[in-house]
Amino acid sequence: MENGSDFLRVEGVVKNFGAVSVLKGVDLHVREGEVLGLIGDNGAGKSTLLKTITGFHRPDEGRILLEGEEVTLRTVSQARSLGIQTVYQDLALINELSVFHNMFLNGEMTVGPFLNNRKMKEKTSQYLEDMGVNIPSIDTEVARLSGGQRQAIAVARAVYSDAKMLLLDEPLAAMGAKEGALILDLIQRLKEERGIPMILIVHNYAQVFDVCDRVNLLRNGRIEYDKPVAESSVEELTELVVSEYRKARETGNGG
Amino acid sequence: MSETTAREAGAGTQERGFAGRLLSGLVRVREVSILIVLVGLALYFQAVNGAFLSQQNLLSLAQFAVPYVVIASALCLLLICGEIDLSVGQSFAFAPIVMYLAYDKLFLVLPLAVVVGLLAVAVVGLINGLITVYLGVSSLITTLGMFFLLAGLNVTLTGGFPAITPETSTITQVLGEYAWAGTIWTLLIIAVLQLVLARTRWGLHTYATGGNPLGSREAGVSIARIKIGNFILCGVLGGFVGIIEAFRIQSIDPLAGGPDIVLLCIASAVIGGTALLGGVGTVTGAFLGALVLTILRNGFTLQGISAYTFNIILGIAILIAMILNVYVARLRGAGRA
Repeated sequence: MENGSDFLRVEGVVKNFGAVSVLKGVDLHVREGEVLGLIGDNGAGKSTLLKTITGFHRPDEGRILLEGEEVTLRTVSQARSLGIQTVYQDLALINELSVFHNMFLNGEMTVGPFLNNRKMKEKTSQYLEDMGVNIPSIDTEVARLSGGQRQAIAVARAVYSDAKMLLLDEPLAAMGAKEGALILDLIQRLKEERGIPMILIVHNYAQVFDVCDRVNLLRNGRIEYDKPVAESSVEELTELVVSEYRKARETGNGG
Repeated sequence: MSETTAREAGAGTQERGFAGRLLSGLVRVREVSILIVLVGLALYFQAVNGAFLSQQNLLSLAQFAVPYVVIASALCLLLICGEIDLSVGQSFAFAPIVMYLAYDKLFLVLPLAVVVGLLAVAVVGLINGLITVYLGVSSLITTLGMFFLLAGLNVTLTGGFPAITPETSTITQVLGEYAWAGTIWTLLIIAVLQLVLARTRWGLHTYATGGNPLGSREAGVSIARIKIGNFILCGVLGGFVGIIEAFRIQSIDPLAGGPDIVLLCIASAVIGGTALLGGVGTVTGAFLGALVLTILRNGFTLQGISAYTFNIILGIAILIAMILNVYVARLRGAGRA
């Protein structure tokens, strides 16, 4: 399609883990300023696909293009330096470290060889305030925080790092209603104010329609469905997933 | 006393800030409690034997503590990033042997021979790290193998006999012959290590690697680099303090690296609050832990109490420290839910 306006293009990506083939040729693209919702069953390979784009996994076949140029992502740090920031499903927080050290993990501010803790604390307070997240103390170890607070820190870490693209793996998973709304608002704001392209893995289809422009279904290791949300509906998506399950039950083998 | 702190931290679910600060302060509290034990022991031994705090005994105390403090501190970083090095005691013996051979057989000048000795143990650390990180062998096993390998090499290279260190010069004085040289080196080393651990990216990533290896990798931390680096650091510091010790006693002993030294150093780090599973610990704690063990042993020697009693007390101390560690780990686990 409009190749020129694609921020990210994934072409024919294959990823095997031993004999298990998880991604069997994924084609996917995200345009500038677009939020793509990625749905699919548990174990469909959504997280694997995301981790391939972040340089955590290397694809066995296929290529990844950023702003039209093919990139070989060898490490997470490399993907980050290209502006790809990720909020992982497990959040990638270190329980033993404080909130502000987690916020700047692997992007620490330094003075000479030493950590600039004061600056990192200042920035962390500012970011959390901007987001409207309430955390008792940024010196607290993240082990002591609630699921929602932890999630908020992981999201803030990705957002405030000069991200050119955000990948969010179930960013609302451990959230209460209020915290969930807060993150959705933040995503909306990032989209409108900064036009950051995003891929959002979501389980709750209603949320897809809240923030996404387009929705992709990953199934059997491929993208099997690709529509703008304007032409789709919660019912259609639900039917899509459930029909597969029915079909599998009727034929009597797990498709 | 750290137990009450832990309990308070566990109970304070409402005041997370306060509780969190208490919990994060726990490691520091642990250090304070060890410090109290240390001072208590010193006072006790001084009370029962006036010679304990004499200048002469303080010097021998310091000299005795040097290898344990340095190795425990170096091990501490490795333990925090989730690995262990059982071979560091043999590196302690290996470095001076290689240095001696480079000096005596290859006719290198002494400073160069020292560098060769340190390079040898750096390679030992590198091999430990590579096997552990890239071949996926548990470091417990990797370094157990390395322990025996080096033990054999140490005896083979020397023919089993101790050698005498090169004759006195400024360099040999600086490297350990001067009575307080080892102590000065040790204080320097632990100051730098604590600074690295608490104040640099390397230190922060060392904690992160041990605390959550997968999360660290996802955040782009190169945990392979951190682990291998800390293996090398451990080997080099173990070897360096081995050279210092050799110059102090003016003898290079192929049997200096027996299992006692590494086990005592692991005990020191653990008593000092380092978690064997990684993520938690401080160099200061390991330092104090090593001092406590040194004082215990020295005090008992002065009193004429046998080494057997020392072992009984050491065993109990380790068990108490480990139970405390498990207790703290459980608290942390509860915080995650």
